[in-house]
Amino acid sequence: MALVYTEEEQLLRDSAKEFLEERCSVSAFRALRDTGNIDGFDREVWSQMAELGWPGILVSEEHDGLEFGVVGAGVIFEEMGRTLACSPLLSTAITGAVLLMEGGNDAQKQTFLPAIAAGEKLTALAVDEGPRHAPRAVAMRAEPTNSGYSLSGSKQFVIDGRVADTLIVVARTSGEPGDDAGLTLFLVDADAEGVTVTPNQMIDFRSADNVNFANVQITADAVLGKFDQGAALLEIALNAANRMLAAELLGIAEEAFGRTVAYMKERKQFGVPIGSFQALQHRAAQVYTDIELTRSVVLKALQSEGPAVPMLTSLAKAKACATAQLATNESIQMHGGIGMTDEYEIGFFIKRARVAQHTYGDYTYHADRVARMKGY
Amino acid sequence: MQDLEQFRADTRSWLEENCPPTMRTPTKSDKDYCWGGRNYQFQSDEQRLWMERMGARGWTAPTWPKEYGGGGLTKEEARVLKQELKRIGARQALFSFGISMLGPALLKFGNEEQKKRHIPKIVKGETRWCQGYSEPNAGSDLAGLGTRAEDKGDHYVVNGQKIWASYADEADWIFCLVRTNTEGKKQAGISFVLFDMVSEGVTTRPIRLISGASPFCEIFFDNVKVPKTDLVGQENAGWTIAKYLLTHEREMISGFGAASMRELGDMAVEMLGLQDGKLADGVLRGDIARQDIDAAAFMFTLERTRDEAKAGVSLGAVSSMLKYYGTELNKRRHELILNIEGMNALAWDGEAYNNGALSRSWLRTKANSIEGGTSEIQLNIVAKHILGLPG
Repeated sequence: MALVYTEEEQLLRDSAKEFLEERCSVSAFRALRDTGNIDGFDREVWSQMAELGWPGILVSEEHDGLEFGVVGAGVIFEEMGRTLACSPLLSTAITGAVLLMEGGNDAQKQTFLPAIAAGEKLTALAVDEGPRHAPRAVAMRAEPTNSGYSLSGSKQFVIDGRVADTLIVVARTSGEPGDDAGLTLFLVDADAEGVTVTPNQMIDFRSADNVNFANVQITADAVLGKFDQGAALLEIALNAANRMLAAELLGIAEEAFGRTVAYMKERKQFGVPIGSFQALQHRAAQVYTDIELTRSVVLKALQSEGPAVPMLTSLAKAKACATAQLATNESIQMHGGIGMTDEYEIGFFIKRARVAQHTYGDYTYHADRVARMKGY
Repeated sequence: MQDLEQFRADTRSWLEENCPPTMRTPTKSDKDYCWGGRNYQFQSDEQRLWMERMGARGWTAPTWPKEYGGGGLTKEEARVLKQELKRIGARQALFSFGISMLGPALLKFGNEEQKKRHIPKIVKGETRWCQGYSEPNAGSDLAGLGTRAEDKGDHYVVNGQKIWASYADEADWIFCLVRTNTEGKKQAGISFVLFDMVSEGVTTRPIRLISGASPFCEIFFDNVKVPKTDLVGQENAGWTIAKYLLTHEREMISGFGAASMRELGDMAVEMLGLQDGKLADGVLRGDIARQDIDAAAFMFTLERTRDEAKAGVSLGAVSSMLKYYGTELNKRRHELILNIEGMNALAWDGEAYNNGALSRSWLRTKANSIEGGTSEIQLNIVAKHILGLPG
């Protein structure tokens, strides 16, 4: 496959860009933050995204989705990175939809997928139990009962935990923390007795909440995918999510850098634009190069299928993390004092970038994964 | 698709029949590279045969037009050929600046007579070319070159000096930038000429480098007579050709960092072993992973830019980005090899250390980010021509 976007993907990009610039601009993000929104996104915008079909971008046509594919989804995330658009797309349209499509039985698919595609049902993946992404380290147990299972334990930094209708919970049904085997996924109603959500205020203003489970009773048909063998299913969804995050980080880096280059042409010191100084020119050219490299590896990862996916996902996420970190750091430094002000928008990019970097594994997590897969 | 599969089958059987067994083994050192040319001493009959057979088919320059001896293949066919060559581990039949640098420029800017006279000999490996660009006082400031070509009616008389010309002492012909006008803008007084290195008044002197090898030469011109039939393009319009050729040179050099090479992780595991399934040295492990990530991203960038560039369209300023990153990546790779191999990689001589191949290659890479325009020059080009920064 040629490493370029198809005409269809390009059209999707154009329409996504137009919509996001109009409805989800960076100033809309500021307004959302400043007007005491508690969801971490604008529900009206979400219903407009649903009209465009975005929540069903990966959902099969059979279940009322667009079935547009991973590359198209990545295009939307890249553009959302540019405008810092907040939405439950990652938690619902990517992790939620992928888990249900890959692991759900017919009844579960019928119950969830059309509702997800319509933007009516929100899901959240409850996996990590600490501040660093570590899916194998899950300790929370699901104990068998007469009618199903009882869940007890707590999850941290659950993306969109506070708004989810359904939590997809990773719990241990056998083995010890650190084991690959023994993980099972459960569909848990967010309103179930014993579920408590404690919202966290993150630097990017989005939801990443702590969820406590105190003897939450669930029925046997709440198991999603294979019992005790949930790790493989989980990995499929995390690979999808990390490719979206890589695309979003690419968009963030592009936009932060684009604004910085424009500022370098505009801002004068010593009587000349600061962009005429070679010390800054060379650093800008280096950031540009890293962004171009990131664009290539992200597209390669989005296009990947089958056994190539895990390696390309981690290569793309690791590179996107490194590049977004460099680009956002340089964007503040090159803006000088004004880059430190809340009034100026450039600071928003570094905050979203860092949260996206650490969501489902930062640079070191994915670099380690690359090294493991390569056998060193 | 059907045709392409047929092409693959034909190619496979032709290679099976024509690629000699010793040409399917990995090269051990630079000495195994076949450069062709009038004076080239072949290492073996098989090396000569392999070059001649590939050259006769035009497959040393697979996508060049058939009428000038090229392979006339489509991009897709050329890719298949590359895959099939790789499949049997075939050595590159011919290393040639004629192919990687001069050819594309001559096909674009040369007249019919020049193409007919020079291109077939390049494809067949009969003429070995060198590049006359840099001068002692014109390095990064290439357009400041001062080698003079005086107009004598039907010919020029060339006087001056070139430096850093790779393998000039072994080359048959030179493509050379000369000054034909000293007035006005310095770029507007440069011409692009070709001449035979055995012309009277040409002398070369190899320069010994930190790697111990002498791949670069100085060349002196003392009243060298160059017929005007070998002026490429218009007089004083050589700078455009020079820049076009440089983009090809940069693409070639940027490829150094992407060639399929031994995995650093494997080298490190062999040297240091594993501990709990991970390389025993955690710091080195992190460094290697960073290199692997960047190298993969760079390889996909080469792939993407090739896919984006329509056939025949030059990459322009993007080649500066690739040249900058590819060479820095290659330098980093060789520093990592030193870190992995320790003192082994610092031996200068001795059978046990493959005659210092690692240290010499490492030293050689230091030139990657200087030759063909320094990294700093490439960054200048990116800043000005891609980012549009002032000054």
